Amino acid sequence: MKKSDLPDPFEHARLEKGHGHFNDQDDAVTMLLRLKDVRKTAKDWETFQSGAAPGRIVVPSEVSIRDTRQIPFEVDPPMHTDYRALVEAWFKRPDEEEYREKLAKIINELVDEMLTRDSVEVVEEFSLKLQSRALTLLLNIPYDESEIWISWGTHVFRSEDSPVDGKKAAILYDYIDEQIDRAIENPGDDLYSVLLASEIEGRKMTKEEVKGVMILTFAGGRDTVINAVTNSIAYLADHPASLARLHNEPEITTRAVEELIRYFSPLTHMGRVATKDTEVCEHAVKANTRVSLCWASANRDAATFNNPNEIDLDRKMNPHVGFGFGIHKCLGATHARQILRILLGILAERVGSIDILDYEENIEDWEEFQRKVGYNNIKVKFNAKN
Amino acid sequence: MAKITFITRNGEKITVEGNDGSLMELAKQNNIKGIDGDCGGVCSCATCHVHVDPAYFEKTGTASEIENDMLELDDNVGEYSRLSCQIPVSDALDGLVLQVAN
Ligand code: HEM
Ligand code: FES
Repeated sequence: MKKSDLPDPFEHARLEKGHGHFNDQDDAVTMLLRLKDVRKTAKDWETFQSGAAPGRIVVPSEVSIRDTRQIPFEVDPPMHTDYRALVEAWFKRPDEEEYREKLAKIINELVDEMLTRDSVEVVEEFSLKLQSRALTLLLNIPYDESEIWISWGTHVFRSEDSPVDGKKAAILYDYIDEQIDRAIENPGDDLYSVLLASEIEGRKMTKEEVKGVMILTFAGGRDTVINAVTNSIAYLADHPASLARLHNEPEITTRAVEELIRYFSPLTHMGRVATKDTEVCEHAVKANTRVSLCWASANRDAATFNNPNEIDLDRKMNPHVGFGFGIHKCLGATHARQILRILLGILAERVGSIDILDYEENIEDWEEFQRKVGYNNIKVKFNAKN
Repeated sequence: MAKITFITRNGEKITVEGNDGSLMELAKQNNIKGIDGDCGGVCSCATCHVHVDPAYFEKTGTASEIENDMLELDDNVGEYSRLSCQIPVSDALDGLVLQVAN
């Protein structure tokens, strides 16, 4: 096994019964493990709702630590459709040339710095910085604001002892409240101001709604992007031939990114609440109980993917659900895809090889399943291409 | 060289010319509304869904199982639905008319 491998802990249960069980704060979750079941369930938002109590579709549940509803994530149609329509165009901006150029500049500067160092701890010193600086583009706010987010460290929304620590989340909530007040006093062309000026159902968006959108762009786009970037670097360290191929055949980059997302599945799963007694995969699901859509397991389903545990940069048919499926599919995917495409391009152009010096894996504990999702820390040396 | 006509959801008819690549890529190059091609053509996003004019369906061929599984769950699916990223542009498709699905 290579250091960069992410084993699939779900295989046995996926084949044997198609679901797993996770006991979470007296609100158990049936994890759906097969690609077809995950897609069908994600599609059926009437039976499997997102608009339950705020925090309930997240696993582990955040019901006890927050009241703010995340938007559009914890909303069902028809409101969901209206919210998405409001923000969709904004979140497509990463495809614009000017945005991509700014992103390339951010990444090039970071790589400049890495190439001067004997050792880099990728999570804190590379991925967190990249994620934070890139987010200033998505929110359209000054670059320097990223310094604050970087200073929070990777664990701002997670505590060491408990994955749901209310005090940690408070840092973010207070920060966003302040930023909203600032935007009310001093409107600009940043996302806060744009949302505050938006209308939904013929009225202005409330402060609480704006907060619900902003929290999600911070929380949803943080660990996911950090893990995707860190895992990509570990992969390229272990596979110098892939780094060389990305250099010689840049046209494979788009496909490579989809394959990395499939394999890494940075978001393991997400919950839904059943609105009536129903059944998935011959398993009875009672009304008002939770299921989860396990993207990470679905993405290794051998019924659809040949050699699911191999990263195959040439995979042409790759119907992965790494960014979700159906109406709630990832709103930040355009941004995340551009980060990864540009990152791979720049690394291939400027880096000859990467050495892994030391690392500690980040293993998620879902009782029945232990899943490596990335690293708590990983030290590497970037060697310039000569 | 093949002339391909896209009809968008608001009824706009746009005829473009292409030699290679996929129909999704051709649509993207020409900014056809409703064809986003988010996943770059690996059959993962269904943002390239079209209805093929029945007269041409034989030429474009039918969807593979993986593609069908995606289509089955997409909005506005019909008998002549295809994911345009899975159809290569070729001279044989000259005159093809496609209705953008979403
Ligand atoms: C590689 C990085 C990322 C991955 C793997 C990822 C994954 C996902 C997945 C699987 C979902 C579906 C959740 C569900 O169905 O309940 C989702 C939704 C969402 N993501 Fe991401 N995400 C990433 C980056 C981002 C970024 C950068 C942002 C924004 C800054 C973001 C914002 C959102 C939002 C707002 C939703 C909810 C959309 C809705 O409910 O309509 N994500 N993401
Ligand atoms: S472009 Fe994504 S499925 Fe065709």
